[in-house]
Amino acid sequence: MDWQMLSASASNWLFLIFIGGIPLIGFLRKVNVFESFVIGAKEGFEIVVRIIPYLVGIVVGVGMFRAAGGFDLIAHWLSPVFHALGFPPELLPFALVRPFSGTAAKGILAEIAHTYGGHSFLAHAAATMMGSTETTFYVIAVYFGAASIRKTRYAIGAGLLADLVGVIMAVVVTHWFYSP
Amino acid sequence: MLNIIWLGLVLGSIIIGAINGTIPAVVNAVTDSAASAVVLALGLIGIMALWLGLMRIAEDAGLIRGLSKLISPVLRFLFPQIPRDHPVFGAMTLNISANVLGLANAATPFGLKAMEELSKLNKTPGTASDSMCMFVAINTGSVQLIPATAIAILASAGDPSPTSIIIPVLIATACATTTGILSAKWFSKMPFFKIKPEHQVRETK
Repeated sequence: MDWQMLSASASNWLFLIFIGGIPLIGFLRKVNVFESFVIGAKEGFEIVVRIIPYLVGIVVGVGMFRAAGGFDLIAHWLSPVFHALGFPPELLPFALVRPFSGTAAKGILAEIAHTYGGHSFLAHAAATMMGSTETTFYVIAVYFGAASIRKTRYAIGAGLLADLVGVIMAVVVTHWFYSP
Repeated sequence: MLNIIWLGLVLGSIIIGAINGTIPAVVNAVTDSAASAVVLALGLIGIMALWLGLMRIAEDAGLIRGLSKLISPVLRFLFPQIPRDHPVFGAMTLNISANVLGLANAATPFGLKAMEELSKLNKTPGTASDSMCMFVAINTGSVQLIPATAIAILASAGDPSPTSIIIPVLIATACATTTGILSAKWFSKMPFFKIKPEHQVRETK
């Protein structure tokens, strides 16, 4: 059995332990499990409804900018700067899109892996970036939507700084560990 | 911040679209994106209802309170404003553990539940509290033991050893998350980000 199957079956069991274990413990502690479930589930529904306006705003803004070619343009402008700094410019489109759209980032990673080969330095660096950063704007929209927050103060700054360090460290660490 | 970025995205795409000749694509993107945002939200409803239902059972069984008691000494230094043993620590712990284990489906519901609890503690409705910013910063750091998506993409491109990125990802993600936490702590002390009193008056009215 390879690791992928192993990890998939491990997370399946973890999932089932949650799904089965929580109601069982609740029942043993004399909770009306189904009633409690329904009350909580209703709350889940209400949170999603509260998020929708935030999600529409962010997804439309990012979708428009992507369709216009904005990310490619910025990558094009920045690439000499990053090249001078020793950051592979081929990875720039990925690093720029990553905080805005997880799906788009996945697409670019797949493209890099297919163009340069799955075992290339660039593919490994991009994959490491994928794992060490997050779709910051999606998280911001959804999380602050759930709390009905309009003024996010420094949350975006902290999130983007974390992404920036993740991106830089991905290249640095890949340099340390990668062997062709 | 979000105001400026959002305005920049919208106006920027119109200007760039006009220069690049991609206006038709931009126009299509508006309606397509609006529709896909709702599809995204609809997809969330089922999984949110399921996990928050389970979480409610765990709450009523006293499990969340127990977990909060257990974990609050650890998380307290990150969230000094939250009262001791508050149940929000339970939701946060579940969110962080689900993230670490790569259970993205469960992480979001727990995270949103935690944000809702934090908003009950927030004295300035509409404006993010320090605890909220810290919690979001931790979430954007994305600590993950096994970066399953990235590994799958490498494997599908013919990489014989895609799992060799696990250790590099752990190191990079630890640096990113530490940066998120430290910068949130640091920003929270900057006068520029102090919540101004007029916010409080206007928002709570």
